[in-house]
Amino acid sequence: MGSALAVLNKLAQSRVIDRLGMRKPAERAVFEATRTGFRTVGAVSRTFTRQTGSGSPTRLTDRRSGRFDLTPTEDQEMIVGVVREFADDVLRPGAERADAASVTPDDVLEQALELGLTLLEVPEDAGGLGSERSATTAVLVAEALAHGDMGMAVACLSPASVATALSLWGDGAQQQTYLPTFTGSEIPAAALAVGEPRPLFDPFELDTTAVRTGDGFTLNGTKSMVVRAADAELFVVAAQLEDAGPALFLVESDSRGLEIEAEPAMGLRAASLARVICTDVTLPWHTLLGDGQPDAYAECVRLSRLAWCALAVGTGQAVLDYVIPYVKEREAFGEPIAHRQSVAFAVANIGIELEGMRLATYRAASRAEQGKDFAREVALARRLCAEHGMRIGSDGVQLLGGHGFVKEHPVERWYRDLRAIGLAEGGLLA
Amino acid sequence: MINLEPPRKLRFFINQAHQVAAEFVRPLSRKYDLAEHAYPKELDMLASMIDGLSESGQGQGAGAAGVRRTDNGDDSGVRNGTNLASVLSIMEMSWGDVGLLLSMPRQGLGNSAIASVADDAQLERFAGVWAGMAITEPGCGSDSAAIQTTAVLDGDDYVINGEKIFVTAGDRCDAVVVWASLDRSKGRAAIKSFVVEKGTPGMRVERLDHKLGIRASDTATISFEDCRVPKANLLGSPEVESDQGFAGVMQTFDNTRPLVAAMAVGCARAALETTRDLLQEVGVDADYDRTPHLQHAAAAAYLAMEADFEAAYLLTLQAAWMADSDRPNSLQASMAKAKAARTANDITLRCVELAGSVGYSEHELLEKWARDSKILDIFEGTQQIQQLIVARRLLDLTSAELR
Repeated sequence: MGSALAVLNKLAQSRVIDRLGMRKPAERAVFEATRTGFRTVGAVSRTFTRQTGSGSPTRLTDRRSGRFDLTPTEDQEMIVGVVREFADDVLRPGAERADAASVTPDDVLEQALELGLTLLEVPEDAGGLGSERSATTAVLVAEALAHGDMGMAVACLSPASVATALSLWGDGAQQQTYLPTFTGSEIPAAALAVGEPRPLFDPFELDTTAVRTGDGFTLNGTKSMVVRAADAELFVVAAQLEDAGPALFLVESDSRGLEIEAEPAMGLRAASLARVICTDVTLPWHTLLGDGQPDAYAECVRLSRLAWCALAVGTGQAVLDYVIPYVKEREAFGEPIAHRQSVAFAVANIGIELEGMRLATYRAASRAEQGKDFAREVALARRLCAEHGMRIGSDGVQLLGGHGFVKEHPVERWYRDLRAIGLAEGGLLA
Repeated sequence: MINLEPPRKLRFFINQAHQVAAEFVRPLSRKYDLAEHAYPKELDMLASMIDGLSESGQGQGAGAAGVRRTDNGDDSGVRNGTNLASVLSIMEMSWGDVGLLLSMPRQGLGNSAIASVADDAQLERFAGVWAGMAITEPGCGSDSAAIQTTAVLDGDDYVINGEKIFVTAGDRCDAVVVWASLDRSKGRAAIKSFVVEKGTPGMRVERLDHKLGIRASDTATISFEDCRVPKANLLGSPEVESDQGFAGVMQTFDNTRPLVAAMAVGCARAALETTRDLLQEVGVDADYDRTPHLQHAAAAAYLAMEADFEAAYLLTLQAAWMADSDRPNSLQASMAKAKAARTANDITLRCVELAGSVGYSEHELLEKWARDSKILDIFEGTQQIQQLIVARRLLDLTSAELR
């Protein structure tokens, strides 16, 4: 441990890596190289000032319409237009590099925040942009971002998801303490930590525990696939509250007993996934979100699954858009391979299943937005996106053959990213 | 604004259709599956009731003829009209029984064809006629441009010669819409559709097929021997010009494929509901929130089936919604048909497996639905034809490039 620290210290003082613009990748390399024996403490850079006064919480209202309609509102079209441009111009061109470096560059994150992604779900009264709660807008935005790159989309959306959690389940004091930072100019990295490193993980049966103490809770357990955990200043952590089932807790990153361990994975590398290890972390009583109500937690799990569905749809669309020109240009046996039914039908099935995934995701989102029960719809959308999304990722590589297997083309990255769908829990909220 | 719930204004109507399916259609299901070729006389009364509802405006314009595209005065371009009403009511009726739905008087696919391409005068002349659809021939199926049946103009009549097979409701209907070529040397541009009324000399129902499923519905072979029909029975333009004519008859499919997709959705839902009940009886239930992998394998299988069902259902609504909003929907119609039909087939077969001998025996209707569903992935364009259409559209390839 001591020698690891020494090496790290040396590297940190090096001017070479600054001159070569390598600091971020180098830090990442160190972080990963030492992940088995070395744990870092959480980011300590901001103190959230708790304001007294318990104003009533501000929440977004829902809207209702009786007509079957697949047309986005004008507002949604405008927002999605801007986000799509960002995804095309910034995320897609930078995706390969971010994947290799296992980090989303700061300027990308800054631009994403400038777009106001964290503001959409925050009520206007609390300084946000949202005048109406719209899971549909969140889904459309996530889909558009993932068309650029899923890993960076996850990194960009992570703070927004914590803002959404605060907007939906925070009480007046919690909102006043934390929400203003998400609407300010320097938005903190923040993450929603639900998953745990365990086969057959079920978010309704958590290993992480919160035990009541005299004036709060003691948190123990390990969370998995936490987005940009090493940089995050605020976590929303899911833990089994001894007498009330799973619940969400606000945990500041400088809490004693909280450690971060890099957890680089098959894909989503630009999201800088990590484990958050809580060992006897002491939390004051007011860190419990949503009064620990089972309904709030279930809604959190569902909205999170919904967000991952939206990402699957966006990345699935990226695959389809990429393979179409490829199979029309690539020739074999003297003609474009698109002229062969086995190839053409594979493309057709990508199109068919992708559209089904999209509609199921939109339906779940529109029900959530209207305040209707959406447990069924989100479960079905998730199932579709896990199965067909992965198939689309796999066929994307297959249609390019050997060329799909090498990093000259993005399909191998989409293949790795799409495997996250159906197993990822938490991280994002629609 | 994005909303994928069935339209609020149609809820009463859908509920009504469900009542009819539950109280009237479903109880007749096994009877006419066993008594193939027996006429389900009970349907006459039901058809009259549906006609009555249409007259009174309570039918929401749904039914085989509900696919006609009309100008809509709505500036927003977003409408929930007769196409949505049709697919939603067909889903309910097919939940009752697909075979009986196909035997509903005056609700034939020929009625959809007439509604799609007839001019106003023809529409009026053929009002109230029960029309079947005659396209397939012994020598051609999916390649409908290769049909051999001819129609030759002679004075004020067309003289039709040829043989048609697989005509749904061909024995019971009042008329059939026949595809025939005006000039076989001109290829598909010369293919036109003609309304031939029963009793026309030279037209003969040769035989009825015995089938795997939808046995309540008659499937006929019809021959035409110097069969003379008035010139005015040709639907659409009589001109043989480029591919416009064929495009016209093919346009029918954009309207009828969502209807067949709706049949598949209804049939699949019937199987899913029965299977869920049967599984619950043995203590297995599916939980939407919990990880499927931690649930009973049968529950996980059920959730996987229901997911594909959901996709099929929504794709079908999308295709109909686009038709209502007067947007081109060929791609979406074929996507819906492809997904719904293969899903219905998979689901009904899997449900039989899950229910074991209970599903396989005639005690339940599961085995029947598994037989019925197969045709849905074949008629109105097979799975493979739908994939061809979808692929050509997505890849922007012609039928010469992608054959």
